[in-house]
Amino acid sequence: MNFIEIKNVNKAFVNHQALSDINLEIPEGKIFGLLGPNGAGKTTLIRIINNITLPDSGHVIFNGHPLQSSHIQHIGYLPEERGLYKKMKTGEQAMYFAQLKGLSKNDAYKKLKYWFQKFEIETWWNKKVEELSKGMQQKVQFIVTILHEPKLLIFDEPFSGFDPINVNLLKNEILSLKEKGHTIIFSTHNMASVEELCDNIALINKSKKVLDGNVQEIKEKYKSNEFEIHFKGNFDKFSASITTEYEIKELSKNNGNTICRVKLLNNTSTNQLLSSMLQYGQIIGLNEVMPSINDIFIKVVEDINKKV
Amino acid sequence: MNKILLIIKREYLTRVRKKIFIIMSILGPVLMASLFFIPVLLSGIKDDNIKNIIVKDESGKFTESLKNEKNLNFTFAENTDLQELKKTFSNNFYALLVIPENPEKDNVEIFSEGQPDMNTKMYISSKIEAKIRTDKLKELGIEEEIVNSVNPDIHIQTIKIKSDGSEELSSTEVAIAIGFISGLLIYMFIFMYGAMVMRGVIEEKTNRVVEILISSVKPFQLMMGKIIGIALVALTQFFLWIVLGIAIVSVAQSVMGNSFSESQQLTEQMMPNNQISDEMQSIDNKSQMINEIFTSLSNLPIGMIIFSFVFYFIGGYLLYASLFAGIGGAVDNEADTQQFMLPLTVPLILSMMVAQVIIQDPEGPVAFWFSVIPFTSPVVMMLRVPFGVPAWELALSMGALIVTFIASTWMAGKIYRIGILVYGKKFSYKDLWLWLRFKG
Repeated sequence: MNFIEIKNVNKAFVNHQALSDINLEIPEGKIFGLLGPNGAGKTTLIRIINNITLPDSGHVIFNGHPLQSSHIQHIGYLPEERGLYKKMKTGEQAMYFAQLKGLSKNDAYKKLKYWFQKFEIETWWNKKVEELSKGMQQKVQFIVTILHEPKLLIFDEPFSGFDPINVNLLKNEILSLKEKGHTIIFSTHNMASVEELCDNIALINKSKKVLDGNVQEIKEKYKSNEFEIHFKGNFDKFSASITTEYEIKELSKNNGNTICRVKLLNNTSTNQLLSSMLQYGQIIGLNEVMPSINDIFIKVVEDINKKV
Repeated sequence: MNKILLIIKREYLTRVRKKIFIIMSILGPVLMASLFFIPVLLSGIKDDNIKNIIVKDESGKFTESLKNEKNLNFTFAENTDLQELKKTFSNNFYALLVIPENPEKDNVEIFSEGQPDMNTKMYISSKIEAKIRTDKLKELGIEEEIVNSVNPDIHIQTIKIKSDGSEELSSTEVAIAIGFISGLLIYMFIFMYGAMVMRGVIEEKTNRVVEILISSVKPFQLMMGKIIGIALVALTQFFLWIVLGIAIVSVAQSVMGNSFSESQQLTEQMMPNNQISDEMQSIDNKSQMINEIFTSLSNLPIGMIIFSFVFYFIGGYLLYASLFAGIGGAVDNEADTQQFMLPLTVPLILSMMVAQVIIQDPEGPVAFWFSVIPFTSPVVMMLRVPFGVPAWELALSMGALIVTFIASTWMAGKIYRIGILVYGKKFSYKDLWLWLRFKG
């Protein structure tokens, strides 16, 4: 079932078109990646889902109902540009945001205590935010986003500015949120950072959706029949014997061990490749090279540009 | 609704807890009091520098009237040549006063090296005038007693006749003072707290706190919460000022009252009887004046004044604060606010500038128009209310203010909700106009 459905959404600002005719389906209980370069329209789309801006045309279905302002109680949004009141005490401020999200004072306090302990920042409760490091401030922002246990979580560039340890901490928390059944949307231009986490993605470029679907299916579709082979033996003889069936793309040699990238042409199978290679030596390893989302994005955008 | 309350609470508490608020609350009345007391104190500082003036009196009539007084010392030159005197007086004297045989309008002269000061000049001319006047009257055969009795000190009492025919003692001075103080307070509070709203909006915008807030609350709630929260801060400050002000005044009164009665006892001991009666006379006059002030105060439309003060205070604040909030939303930092601030500050400053005209003629056309136009009415109408304003004018002015602040809040809300999410651009009035028409 889809938690969010976006139908024919258009949005123009005074000087430019931000979204043109976007259709998206975001399945429930999955992690969805909204990917694209800066200025593609991701933040505008997220603001529409968050009911901050209204689309010029088209509509959003939230959990089976047309989106209304009351739905924002069920959304946790970590914006890309985010900040806290510098002069306010951390705990007090977290309480304020939690209560704005509709939590009672008591609930907010209990939950915050739990999360502050979990993230090891409970000693900062009474410190002013300006005394906190940037990483710690982001922990507070993350806690505030998920505290009211919303059905939908939206993270806009969640990992920017985090150190690797904290990135891991966050990734684990996000994965456990997914296990609890929350629907999660990632929005980022840094595609490599979320690739492994996403179940589904949509690529947006210059206000238009260029590609969407299941990550595995997309990779399957865009893979280029390349294999990475770890080979021990007489590699030169093999490459000299090469026919039109193969194309050797990459090569590194070390003590008779060779790592190469072979592209299969003309519907040649891996079995044929292996049997022809075995004549010259031993195969230590072979795996299929899957394209990264980044590569796919670049390819898709280039294809579109060529058509134009 | 609950969310607006949360926002109001935060805006209020964070500001009231600040040190600067507590300092201002204490310092405010002290500063205001010093504004009144410093001129009094300054005028109390005597010029101890004694000025010696040599007088060449050719008429010989003024030896009696030009007595040494205060810091002026008169010496009468005898038989010295005028030209000689002109050359040498500056060695020993501050100025040379030349009175001809028949002193008239233009022929009395003062010579000095520098410009002689105003006080000296006025003192001398008043003495000479008085002497000439009494002499002339004497020549006409009028007795000195009669001459003295035609110098009455007249104090006009103003009495208002109400529609039911009853009479009331009133005081123009008191009405001006009340009107001016309340107008000034409204002006100050609009500026101080309107700017505070603007800075609050800019702070949330530059900190990007607004991004987090905006997913929980509507921009309009955020704006109104801030405006109302800061209004409560203003009212709290105002309330504290009144309480502290009353405390200071009563303390000052008791201290000054004590020293007053002490000095009275002293004078009674030291002065011969006839002088005491003089002194008592002036005390009587003073207390009569104070009585008059209090009677006319109690005869002022106090209920009306308080009601209109609260109304214009809140109405004016809401009008300007919403516009300040709109500006805050449209800019990135305080330096960029200048171009948008001007249209707001001009009417406010103008309303203080026309105060003089309005006090002189509280029913005239200037007073009417400035007290009906909503951008100036909060200050200007307060100047007029103590004089009594026709009900229909008051209703028109208040109605216009209500309509305008609803419109300005709506406009500011539109600019605000778009502006707070856009960074790093400078906007012109044209952009704002587009935003207003933008359905968002």
